[in-house]
Amino acid sequence: MVQTVTTNDTATTNDAVILLADAVVVLGGFPALAGVNLQVQPGELVALRGANGTGKSTLLRLCAGLAALSRGSAHVMNVDLATNRAAVRPYVGLLGHRNGLYADLTARENVQLTAQLIGAQRHDVDDALARLKIDSRVAATRATSLSAGQRRRTALASLVVRRARVWLLDEPHAGLDTAARVELDDILHEATQAGATVIYTTHEIDRTDGRVPRTVTLAGGVVATDDSSTHGVSR
Amino acid sequence: MRQALVVARKDLLIEWRARLLLVRVAPFALLVLVLFAVALDSEPLILRAAAGLVWLAMLFSSLMLVQRSFDVETDDGAVDVLLTGTVEPAQVYLGKMLAAFAQLLALATTLVLGAVVLYGATVGADHLVLLVTATLSAAWGLSSVGTLYGAVVANMSGRDSLLALLALPVTAPLLIAASRATEAAFGSQTIDTASGWAWTALLVVFAVTFTAAGAAAFGTLMESDA
Repeated sequence: MVQTVTTNDTATTNDAVILLADAVVVLGGFPALAGVNLQVQPGELVALRGANGTGKSTLLRLCAGLAALSRGSAHVMNVDLATNRAAVRPYVGLLGHRNGLYADLTARENVQLTAQLIGAQRHDVDDALARLKIDSRVAATRATSLSAGQRRRTALASLVVRRARVWLLDEPHAGLDTAARVELDDILHEATQAGATVIYTTHEIDRTDGRVPRTVTLAGGVVATDDSSTHGVSR
Repeated sequence: MRQALVVARKDLLIEWRARLLLVRVAPFALLVLVLFAVALDSEPLILRAAAGLVWLAMLFSSLMLVQRSFDVETDDGAVDVLLTGTVEPAQVYLGKMLAAFAQLLALATTLVLGAVVLYGATVGADHLVLLVTATLSAAWGLSSVGTLYGAVVANMSGRDSLLALLALPVTAPLLIAASRATEAAFGSQTIDTASGWAWTALLVVFAVTFTAAGAAAFGTLMESDA
């Protein structure tokens, strides 16, 4: 069964979904982000690259309202993260390094939990599981017994159910086999076609070639390169 | 409130699968009761201290339950999923508190029965309502303060010991009130029923205060960089 990924209807009136200007995030005394400038438009698919420790994950957590802005300005969905970062959380779906699953719940129960919390229907859960090719046997297996790839798929199914306006994915391809990676790319493209904005981090060059229209590279906590010159990004 | 019930159901389902209460916490609590009896080695003394020993065992055991309740949130970063969504942090707090309340109530019932069997404590029919009310109020208070302090230490290193260090002093009023109210329900000569109800009222005030504080502060406390 093929499910088209759709998003909620509460749209922003401003052009940029994400607007960071000299954004600084200090974690444990260390500037994980040291003045990032980034502008992302609605429906964009952005691959975020960079070596370990360059601030990719922190940038995603900042945009999700989970990391505090120390200096500069940051707006996501017109929400000022400097003053009210919690307000952005209903709009974003974050998949971090960890999958955010409950080990003692089955794959289906984990996805169902997300659905119940946002008031989604049972068929939404079925559709999301089918979309991620999670069969009934895997769906009935506790998360603790799933393989790394199956756990990643389950976490992605939860994200699909969320129908977030902004998808923030930290190494979403990690742990997936080739077929699942292609499937994930399709899902991300569907999400952007439905109006969602997607940013994901990756170490893999081939993941940013071809189908990804924009690649931003971080180095030392700032934007080092941005392959699209039309977005007004500067270092 | 719907979201709080979803969170509570999730926590109880996880507990049902993990069987922590049944396999580890309840046996630990009963063992504490037995060891107290062995240490005191005096029937009149044990009978007089029975109520206090029940709630002291409850206090220690509740730390294990609360710790587990937050471990499942932080082990795989599930709390981030809860926080980045349409769920109000207060709803998450109330849900986790409700689940803890249900478990602590079951544990308190077990320990009161343990006191009756091991210590020979008695509860007259006229004191049954007081005992039930005091137990409900104390379990509510313990779950509210436990969930609040569980959130305080959730993202800290060494949280196992920190939870005990931070939460135990705060629960001193609850320990005193619950012990005195239960003592009255056990028909002690040193405290009358009216005083037992007064201590129960204090338990309700304690529970309401910490429930309100927890609901207000939970979101901020659970943020890893807060």
